[in-house]
Amino acid sequence: MRAEPATPARVSLLAILGVFAKIGLMSFGGALSGWMHREIVLRRQWMDEADFLSGLALGQIMPGANVANLSLYIGQRLRGGIGAVVALVGMLLPPMIVVLVLGILYDRVAGILWLHRFIDGVAAAAIGLTIMVGIRASRRVERRLGPVTILLLLFFTVGVLRWPMVPVVICVTPASLLLAWLSEERHDA
Amino acid sequence: MRDNPLIALLIVFIPLSLLSIGGGPSILAGIQNAVSSRHWMSEHDFIDLFAIARAAPGPGVLLATLVGWKVAGIPGAIVASLALFVPSSLVYYAIARQWSAHRGKRWHSALELGLAPVAAGLILAGSLVILRASGGDPLLWAIAAASTAVLLWAPKLNPLWVLGVAGVVAVVVG
Repeated sequence: MRAEPATPARVSLLAILGVFAKIGLMSFGGALSGWMHREIVLRRQWMDEADFLSGLALGQIMPGANVANLSLYIGQRLRGGIGAVVALVGMLLPPMIVVLVLGILYDRVAGILWLHRFIDGVAAAAIGLTIMVGIRASRRVERRLGPVTILLLLFFTVGVLRWPMVPVVICVTPASLLLAWLSEERHDA
Repeated sequence: MRDNPLIALLIVFIPLSLLSIGGGPSILAGIQNAVSSRHWMSEHDFIDLFAIARAAPGPGVLLATLVGWKVAGIPGAIVASLALFVPSSLVYYAIARQWSAHRGKRWHSALELGLAPVAAGLILAGSLVILRASGGDPLLWAIAAASTAVLLWAPKLNPLWVLGVAGVVAVVVG
């Protein structure tokens, strides 16, 4: 008798909390989706590959931290709404406590010069990390006039001119979605 | 009421949550803008908190938790975190339930194609804003450029190594 993979045993909320807390705490330096894939799909087989990738793709484009969205998605699949909440809390709460402790320690060491230099160096590398993420995100943009214009427009207004982000994004995003919708129509035709 | 720091945190982070298209890095420019226009902390303190959030476990956007803490202590940290994570989660949750059922539909690909350039433009804008806020030290700009190159060249490398080495370089050279 083989277990039917389509209807896996009900996963307990405590197990969800434990796995996500573990992933959250071990996720130094990012690459969380790789960790989650290993723990959820490969080791525990709580979800199949296609389902995981579909949730990952959606989490990467929608508002919200990618890992937070992916946690919600997996939690929801396993145990519905309550599962989603438990997964999200497990993923975020432990790192939040760590980050706060680090922040409080940082305040205590305000006088140590070399430590400040160290943090400045880390910050510079963290900026490099963000640029890298931006470049990777740019590679996913279609090489056509419309999308490229949207990208450059946002970079110029928010980055170079430093216009406030909220109104700019509220104006530009619907335009970008409309363009995409219309270009899909052309593909369909 | 606008003087209440907790309300101010809500006013800043709820809209940013809903507009964090493509993930946390896309609202870096927005967070920096709010912090500097409301005089919540010095530019330098902000950059340091950005570094701490990036080097610690969890998403880098836990920077919001640290900003909240700096503005209004532990209650501020809690309020900022909720304001940042709850609204986007509600939207995501509502859409995720429709997502798999409608795979391959037109609004699916329109959403993907339409949001991708917004996310990319915002992340690059945020990088520039933070780079400028970090001051004009050529060493730090060089570290940022070198880190970008290393991470693009070796995508599997754990970024924590790059952050650590960069810190040591800044101490030794600077």
